[in-house]
Amino acid sequence: MKKVQAIIIGGGSAGLSAAVTLKKNGIEDILVIEKDEEPGGILEQCIHNGFGLHTFKEQLSGPAYAERFIRMAEEQNVRILLNTMVTKLTADRVVEYVNPEEGTVQVQADAVILAVGCYERPRGGINITGTRPAGIYTAGQAQRYLNIDGYMVGKRVFILGSGDIGLIMARRMTLEGAKVVGVAELMPYSNGLPRNMKQCLEDFNIPLYLSHTVTEVFGKDRLEKIEMMEVDENRNPIPGTEQDIDVDTLLLSVGLIPENHLADQAGIKMDPSTKGPFVDDRYMTSVEGIFACGNGLHVHDLVDYVTLQAAKAAEGAVSYLQNGKPQGEPLRIQNGNQVSYCVPSQFYPQDPAEKVTVYFRVRTPLDKGTLVIRSGDKIIRSVKKRKLVPSVMEEALLLKKDMEGLTEPITIEIAEE
Amino acid sequence: MVKELVCVNCPLGCRLTVEVENDQVISVSGNSCPRGEEYAKSECIRPARILTTTVRIEGAIHRVLPVITEREIPLDMVMEAMDAVRGIHVKAPVKVGDVIAADLLGTGVNLVAARSMDRV
Ligand SMILES: Cc1cc2nc3c(=O)[nH]c(=O)nc-3n(C[C@H](O)[C@H](O)[C@H](O)COP(=O)(O)OP(=O)(O)OC[C@H]3O[C@@H](n4cnc5c(N)ncnc54)[C@H](O)[C@@H]3O)c2cc1C
Repeated sequence: MKKVQAIIIGGGSAGLSAAVTLKKNGIEDILVIEKDEEPGGILEQCIHNGFGLHTFKEQLSGPAYAERFIRMAEEQNVRILLNTMVTKLTADRVVEYVNPEEGTVQVQADAVILAVGCYERPRGGINITGTRPAGIYTAGQAQRYLNIDGYMVGKRVFILGSGDIGLIMARRMTLEGAKVVGVAELMPYSNGLPRNMKQCLEDFNIPLYLSHTVTEVFGKDRLEKIEMMEVDENRNPIPGTEQDIDVDTLLLSVGLIPENHLADQAGIKMDPSTKGPFVDDRYMTSVEGIFACGNGLHVHDLVDYVTLQAAKAAEGAVSYLQNGKPQGEPLRIQNGNQVSYCVPSQFYPQDPAEKVTVYFRVRTPLDKGTLVIRSGDKIIRSVKKRKLVPSVMEEALLLKKDMEGLTEPITIEIAEE
Repeated sequence: MVKELVCVNCPLGCRLTVEVENDQVISVSGNSCPRGEEYAKSECIRPARILTTTVRIEGAIHRVLPVITEREIPLDMVMEAMDAVRGIHVKAPVKVGDVIAADLLGTGVNLVAARSMDRV
């Protein structure tokens, strides 16, 4: 069997950042495997601006941000296999891939970095009754058709879910001449970033229906209309609020889920709150030598964080390749009050990483609150926060000295006022 | 008068508080970078946005090329700008930053390629 020092699965922003970091740290024998015909990942279809303000201090579009990393990877002579799909991953780090030139190949890697991105929750994942007409897409599918293949998917559009892709597509389809009739959101607050509420909906007077959902679709071959209903506080439709809306297209923007096929195959323990793998402070999963980063670990709204986090995962892999596993037994970093998830979720009190940024999200919007980081009764740090919303990822910083010698798990929580 | 705005420059979406008197911006707070202040000022006078869309491209890996305005253009001209851009066809190869339409609608802002596309 062929052998490689490190394999990176996925050539999106996470994979490219990880690859460049490995090379910069002297790990030469690496391979990036990407199923698409070009590297860049989801960024290639995100043609809107708003990428890289932190990394490059510039307002870039998705493709421009990707191009900078593709160039860096080229400069570092990173080997990228395109049109190549990883079909299998084992716990002892055998990677099986398929492509037209080589057929099926197995490679043994000393370290594997999963940078596989996420997928969109499909129609089957939500409760809409009715026929199966054409005209129903996930927002990301429609985005790909329009921005990469150059096809419009419809003229009168309704959007279910206020996720960012849905909001971005509301603007994009409006610019291309479609009528976007409205956006319905099940929750009493928006799931999209505040900037997208402003520049994608308000700028174009597109109505947002909070606490509403689509309950039925109608149409024989093509979608003809949808039924929208208001929901109560338990998210159940309220009888008598039915409203029919004539549209030929329904876009679903109801959530992104880390791609987890390969991690499952390798027997990696998954975190039910992120739906991605559990990782420690070096981004290593529960399976030795396999690391995870990017949207395949947890869904990010900012590519800059993906880049940073993937570099951390690569540094974790470098440290593993050079020194093996961290010393001692790990302890959990766990969700406390109002915190829906945190990543990483483990640390090594006898051998902590230099500095760990824990990414977390709140469960519900909060005007004010105090971020409290504690271990048992010991308060490590508390920081006042304002305007916390589930759509914006927050950070909690842990220094080596904070973690050293702890005997109880770390809890990340928000003290409400 | 005090206005509350959400900055659209980046995904941080800072919440800005702007004090306006006689169409003049007196103070901006809540921004975490200088772009926030600029945004607040233009938003209170004439809102402007970066426009991103695609144009047809021949001889490249895909049928369309993403394009972006180098700077913001007035929001009230965005639809007209889309009409102007719709007819544009380009040929590969294109380099990121190549000017696709100079001085879009007399705004003084160029529309440029958002990525490179080789000839295939
Ligand atoms: C619609 C949308 C809008 C966004 N808008 C913004 C924004 O305005 N500003 C911002 O900063 N961020 C934004 N983001 C966030 C940011 O762009 C993403 O989080 C980031 O690009 C994700 O990078 P990634 O490498 O983790 O995933 P991806 O880019 O999805 O890359 C994963 C790659 O892995 C490959 N892959 C998966 N499985 C396999 C396999 N088995 N074999 C081989 N290859 C495989 C895929 O083909 C893909 O190329 C947005 C994200 C989305 C989805």
